[in-house]
Amino acid sequence: MRAELTVRNVAQRVEGPLLFLKRTVTVGLNDAVQVIGQDGVVRLGRVATLDEDSIIVEVLESTAGLGVRDTVVSMLGEPVSFDLGPNLLGRVFDSVGRPLDGQAPIPAMRRIRIDGMTINPARRALPRDFIETGITAIDLMNCLVRGQKLPLFSGSGLPHDRLATEIAQRARLRDDPAGDFAVVFVGIGISHDVAEAFRSAMETSGALGHTVMFLNRADESSAQRLLTPRYALTAAEYLAFEEGRHVLVIMTDMTNYCEALREVSASHGEIPGRKGFPGYMYSDLATLFERAGCLHGKPGTLTQLPILTLPGDDIGHPIPDLTGYITEGQIVLDRDLDRRRIYPPINVLPSLSRLMAYGTGEGFTHADHPALASQLFAAYANSRRVRVLASVMGQEGLSDIDRNYLDFGDRFEEQLISQPGARTLNESMAIAWEILAVLPDSELTRLSNEQIETCVRRKSSHA
Amino acid sequence: MTEATIRWISGPVMRARSTGRFHLSEAVLVGERELPGEIIRVDTEGIVAQIYEDTTGLKPGDRVSGTGQRLSIRLRPGLLGNIFDGLLRSLTDMPGDTVRPGTRSAEAAMLKFLPTLRPGDQLAPGMAFGDFDKGHIAEKFLPPPGISGTVRSIVAAGEYRDDETLCVIEDADGVEIPLSAGHAWPVRVPRPVRRRLPPGEPLVTGQRIMDTLFPLARGGRAALPGGFGTGKTILQESLAKWCDADVIVYVGCGERGNEMAEVLNEFPTLEDPRSGRPLLDRTVIIANTSNMPVAAREASIYTGITLAEYFRDQGLHVALMADSTTRWAEALREISGRLGELPGEYGFPAYLSSRLAEFYERAAHVETLAGGQGSVTIIGAVSPPAGDFSEPVTTQSKRYVRCFWALDRDRAQARFFPAIHPLTSYSEDVDALAHWWQSKGNPDWTSHRRQILTLLEQRARLERMARIVGKDALPPKQQLTLLCADLVNESLLRQSAFSIVDRFCSPERQTALLRAILHFVHRAEQSLEGGIALADIAAMPVLRQLQRASEEIPDDKLERFRMLMRRQDDEFDQLARGHAHAR
Repeated sequence: MRAELTVRNVAQRVEGPLLFLKRTVTVGLNDAVQVIGQDGVVRLGRVATLDEDSIIVEVLESTAGLGVRDTVVSMLGEPVSFDLGPNLLGRVFDSVGRPLDGQAPIPAMRRIRIDGMTINPARRALPRDFIETGITAIDLMNCLVRGQKLPLFSGSGLPHDRLATEIAQRARLRDDPAGDFAVVFVGIGISHDVAEAFRSAMETSGALGHTVMFLNRADESSAQRLLTPRYALTAAEYLAFEEGRHVLVIMTDMTNYCEALREVSASHGEIPGRKGFPGYMYSDLATLFERAGCLHGKPGTLTQLPILTLPGDDIGHPIPDLTGYITEGQIVLDRDLDRRRIYPPINVLPSLSRLMAYGTGEGFTHADHPALASQLFAAYANSRRVRVLASVMGQEGLSDIDRNYLDFGDRFEEQLISQPGARTLNESMAIAWEILAVLPDSELTRLSNEQIETCVRRKSSHA
Repeated sequence: MTEATIRWISGPVMRARSTGRFHLSEAVLVGERELPGEIIRVDTEGIVAQIYEDTTGLKPGDRVSGTGQRLSIRLRPGLLGNIFDGLLRSLTDMPGDTVRPGTRSAEAAMLKFLPTLRPGDQLAPGMAFGDFDKGHIAEKFLPPPGISGTVRSIVAAGEYRDDETLCVIEDADGVEIPLSAGHAWPVRVPRPVRRRLPPGEPLVTGQRIMDTLFPLARGGRAALPGGFGTGKTILQESLAKWCDADVIVYVGCGERGNEMAEVLNEFPTLEDPRSGRPLLDRTVIIANTSNMPVAAREASIYTGITLAEYFRDQGLHVALMADSTTRWAEALREISGRLGELPGEYGFPAYLSSRLAEFYERAAHVETLAGGQGSVTIIGAVSPPAGDFSEPVTTQSKRYVRCFWALDRDRAQARFFPAIHPLTSYSEDVDALAHWWQSKGNPDWTSHRRQILTLLEQRARLERMARIVGKDALPPKQQLTLLCADLVNESLLRQSAFSIVDRFCSPERQTALLRAILHFVHRAEQSLEGGIALADIAAMPVLRQLQRASEEIPDDKLERFRMLMRRQDDEFDQLARGHAHAR
């Protein structure tokens, strides 16, 4: 398998991350190479283009210090791979899977390609297990399901890290409080303190022993940034599908990943697409996000919670736009809510969980859950519309029903979305029924008469 | 067999040196694992080809062999109920949990054959020579188009491998032609028909906003554009579940793997309301998920439409759902970029428009070669970046489709589904289909439809006015228009894909509901003119019943709509009496 071939005196040119070699040995496309300069530093690379006379290697780490006369290249004869084995949990790795915690490398039981293989869609099991995160805006309105990929769309300065940490600490099945779970934290181009804050939070909650961390610091090379999530997801797949755990992968910050993709694409001289991002960004992101899922006959699952900060709070920017087309929904944080000290500042209207219909309702959460969520969405959307009206002509110009909606909107944000601590789904539902009582029956078009009677009007009888 | 040697490779594109006779669009097999590819450029030096699988490990010097044929798929009975990749290779039979490059299709299938011809019979072009004995859909054994002659021999009823000779015919020149269960057909070439027929019948989707307001004819073409989260996929799935086509070809093109899992998980458990069989029995899925090789994504659309034409040639009505044509266009863009072609608008190649036209033109209502009738209806989802409908794929698609179902973000955010916006959508098939609705029990369909649309247009205008002067400042008549338009939205246009009662709405129920709503509008206008206060009308108990009618009156209890009409009359009469009394 691993036929290492070392060649010297073949380098012709170094240009940005690309190393041009004379072809003297047989290598295949995408094969891994090690590039060693006169400084002795071993850099990982990948064969990007091949012709009869030359090889173009994309060096995945900094090319500073490389020359053409003294560079040694080892051809590894296989695609970039990661050695994995037991006792992964509790470890910390760098961007290319080398231990950062000073402990010995993990025993190599399996050698797996970091690009991962495409899951056969016919072998996928439909994700249906509702995860209770303790957050009303998620559990009640846009629920998270095992095997889903649900990103947090945030902005700089918003509390997405805190939210992600809380989800990682709490996320459990309703009927299965312990479970064989694992958290994979992937820091992509993040600063040291973000990584440290996550680590200490997991330590406080006693979950650090179930956590693996992959850290790519903000000052590391862009090409390397593209590898970090691939190493981490390979480890996550190992934990999920070989060891049978329920793995939650938190990737922060995907915006840094996309910026790195743009930088590397530009250095290859590729034709830029929207806002300079390469045309294949959709396919590239898909090769990461599509690694979430459940498989028939395998006990483990892989759930992804990528975090991305919207550049300029613009949801139409190519990064969130393409992400939204691949992922199964999104949780959107809102600056206005945050300014009003509502925590978590989740704007439920642009948020969405595509798997909600499969994970909620009779037999999954509660028979009334889907209708209740639908009614809350309709009423809250209307209250936001009325709020715009009221801002133009004042409350006096509003009809009685519109004033009810204003009241509902305030309660919805202050009593339901805002929460001091974790809530169970039943607690969230009880508050929701209570605030719906502000509206008259004629407005509750998405609830049945029975639901209005037993839940909204006589809330005390409903547990 | 012609051969070539790879001299350059990058991503899914390779150049090979050859002096052999290669032709444009010819299928090739690349490298040791014989990865499938297609020639996209030929010159005196050799060829340029795109490869449909992961090219990791390929190297200069590897062998490329030509197949002498254009990129083709093998069409045969027994494909229904299965899931295939973009080149029609079975995903169900594939071993392991992942898709591995170079996987060959599984062993030949065994098919039950019932001969329909006897030795000495004439086989006319496009005529079937046997029936497929499985499932409820009348699948047939077809000869390749263009073949005709006298039957020399034909096997008895029984089970045969799909590559065995089942029938031998002698053509006009005395040449014997063996026929097996299947035949190959190049995916980029439309299959021939006797003639195209004008649209006459709608594809009944069971979705009120489509059937009643923006109907699509069988053999028609529709685009379904919408930003992410506006419900394209759910709507495509609803159409695949409930529309009254005989066969559904569902092409998942560059979309999520879990969506394929949804279809595979749900369709076997749902019952086709017309046949009582599981919905999966009439469905073929072509899956090229977003993380599968991009060149195969480009091919998957053609594979889907070729398959749809094959079913059409058997006299069946086929609906093809393509989700999403944007991903297909992006695959074109990616390949074009690797070839260094001059980019057009948004980096898409300049031939985007003609490729879209070629694709949509393959939708048709036809008389088949054998003389029967069949149709292929295309419903293409479009995923415009940032939901902006002015981008090239949406605007170019608009030139070739007859139905445009525009999804609206605001509606989707209020979880108002289907989020089709009634004012930005259109259908050019309305006039052709009015006759069908009239024959189906609604002679006033055209005027009913116009009334609904007028109401919705007025609402948009009044809403703008209300934003300035306040709703209460509008005259009562206009406030009533708002009330009625809200009723139309809530009751007629909103339809939950997850409600057992309402996920499908028969044309009869659509008509009954439409009548009930318009009756209310009519009586309410009369009452207002008769001096009854708007607040009294808004407080009528029957209003809530109307709002909930689509959810609470199922298809088999249509008589309850008559009761609903009577209750309206009672309540309006009561209001009128009360009013007269007060005076």
